[in-house]
Amino acid sequence: MSQPPKTTLPEEPLETRNPSAREREWEEKTLRPSLARSPERKPEFTTVSGYPIRRLYTPADLSGWDPQRDLGMPGEPPYTRGIHSTMHRGKLWTMRQFAGFGSAEDTNKRFRYLLSQGQTGLSVAFDLPTLMGYDSDHAMAEGEVGKCGVAISSLADMEVLFDQIPLADVTTSMTINSPAAVIWAMYLAVAEKQGADWKKISGTLQNDILKEYIAQKEYIYPPEPSMRLVIDTFEFGVKHTPKFNVISVSGYHIREAGSTAIQELAFTLRDGIEYVEWGLRRGLDIDQFVPQISFFFNAHNDFFEEIAKYRAARRIWYHTMRDRFGSKQARTWALRFHTQTAGCSLTAQQPYNNVVRTALQALAAVLGGTQSLHTNSLDEAWALPTEFAATLALRTQQILAHESGVTNTVDPLGGSYFVESLTNEVEKGAWEYIHRIDALGGMIAAIEHGYPQREIAEASYQYQLAVDRKEKIIVGVNDFVSNEETLETLQIGEGVGAQQTESLRKLRAERSSAEVERRLDALRHASAGSENLMPFIYDAVKAYATVGEICEAMRVVFGTYEEIAIT
Amino acid sequence: MTDKKIRVLIAKPGLDGHDRGAKVIARALRDAGMEVIYTGLRQTPEMIAAAAAQEDVDVIGLSILSGAHNTICPRLVELLREKGMGDVPILIGGIIPGADIVTLKKSGIAEVFLPGTSTQDIVEFIHKMQAAKT
Repeated sequence: MSQPPKTTLPEEPLETRNPSAREREWEEKTLRPSLARSPERKPEFTTVSGYPIRRLYTPADLSGWDPQRDLGMPGEPPYTRGIHSTMHRGKLWTMRQFAGFGSAEDTNKRFRYLLSQGQTGLSVAFDLPTLMGYDSDHAMAEGEVGKCGVAISSLADMEVLFDQIPLADVTTSMTINSPAAVIWAMYLAVAEKQGADWKKISGTLQNDILKEYIAQKEYIYPPEPSMRLVIDTFEFGVKHTPKFNVISVSGYHIREAGSTAIQELAFTLRDGIEYVEWGLRRGLDIDQFVPQISFFFNAHNDFFEEIAKYRAARRIWYHTMRDRFGSKQARTWALRFHTQTAGCSLTAQQPYNNVVRTALQALAAVLGGTQSLHTNSLDEAWALPTEFAATLALRTQQILAHESGVTNTVDPLGGSYFVESLTNEVEKGAWEYIHRIDALGGMIAAIEHGYPQREIAEASYQYQLAVDRKEKIIVGVNDFVSNEETLETLQIGEGVGAQQTESLRKLRAERSSAEVERRLDALRHASAGSENLMPFIYDAVKAYATVGEICEAMRVVFGTYEEIAIT
Repeated sequence: MTDKKIRVLIAKPGLDGHDRGAKVIARALRDAGMEVIYTGLRQTPEMIAAAAAQEDVDVIGLSILSGAHNTICPRLVELLREKGMGDVPILIGGIIPGADIVTLKKSGIAEVFLPGTSTQDIVEFIHKMQAAKT
């Protein structure tokens, strides 16, 4: 095979390409003279993750690829083309905008507004004290109450949050991890009070503690008791809430922390494998609990790399469930996922450009076959979104769904030499990571070694250097810079903290402290044993014990986790 | 500027765990020849002030994305003054609304770096600031 100079052709993929006679002829007759006249803009073209991309993809890039086996048909293994036979023709993705700020009243108002504007599912953002298992009046909560999300300290707050929102009809996603069991118990208590049937209600609990140790760092307890709590929710879910996704295994935060697309995919799926292994060890039936596991991916800037990532994710999960775990059921094999556009891709400079970025990212998620989607608002590099910005983000999804025509057919990119080849390569890269983590003894061992953390830190630093050197261009940041527009942003006052402190004081005075103490004590005892903790947590919640009190009851038994910071 | 390495404390105050920025800056400053001490997560202003005194740092960099800056920063300024370290400049990087930048600078914060700032700009800023001091 004739090799053109290295500077003008990107590196060959690992496997040898065997271009057809026609392709070689094209290289000689058309390409070479053209490159001689006008060289390409750069010696190498790479994705946002730094992955090299060839000039042209042809059948030579798909040698060994079998469309029957590797592409298949939609709704059938290996699910490359999507998990449903009709995909977005049958049912559009759920438009699920993540929202939460201030008090439960503030957020309830935003929820009802978003639903009135055609949003089809809810997604709750909790504030940092809630995420860390502290009540709003805890010393560590000072200055943080209601800032990054809604402040929820007890069932009383949760009742206000879902006031006039029928949980029997609306599906709700809750982004909560360490205290996930507590918040979920509160949600179930509200549902019960509304008369909604637990067997029918649906939604998603994020509940993914592994990616907290890896990326987002909102952990309380050490890995072992944390995983026990997660598996407790799995077991409880199988029994009581068969339609609820008890976990959303999340790559989103891994990507936001600076990983590459392949790392995001691999670490997320390896986390998923870890949860499945723990569930099996608990004695759960794979084909009962795995269908209640869903996934959550990022939609970053690199359009095709993201699409390849979603397609590869489905294929890897299918093979893993069937071949590694011996599942015999299609519902177990099919990977369902939510997508959020990349918050880290948004710029504080020229913020209106973020609308365009978000639209392209959302398009990738749709073409990649997402089941639900959050589109970020243009002002999120400055603050939590205003109502105007949040509405525009929702409208972006509605335009994609109803105007762009991309939902008219299933997997419109299927069969593209480039997309299929990139899907294969992303899949291969992810398998390599998965095998490496297996060799380290699984994800918890890998986390304790700092392995995924180091890989991500390295990737994020390399990306920053590429941006600093202008090898990667960010419009409005390191090129095409212009004078700043000013932006009206949402202000969250310090009043929420005082308001929450006052309502907590009232709650503690009005509830039966003897009952709260009795139930917290029962939880403490159970924590020291091996029973499923969900019923104990539910009992405590019903007596209006607070998030802080319940988390503290477990903290005294489980201890806390401190990471060794890698810089 | 003397030959002595500039000592920088990078701190991540508050409950937020998003440490990408803090880690990138720590590494960039180290690569630029500075001595960097990273506190790790969930530091109170008291812990940061104590670390700054113990490590005898020339500069403090805070990474804040959570919106808690209006509570944390003035408190840290006050604590440093109490320790007689009022001249140690505090830099902030993170998500800070425009209106707050003005208030923070008035309260004694040396500079606020928004998302998109290049690491070289921060390195240069610190060098210039140190040169002006000596």
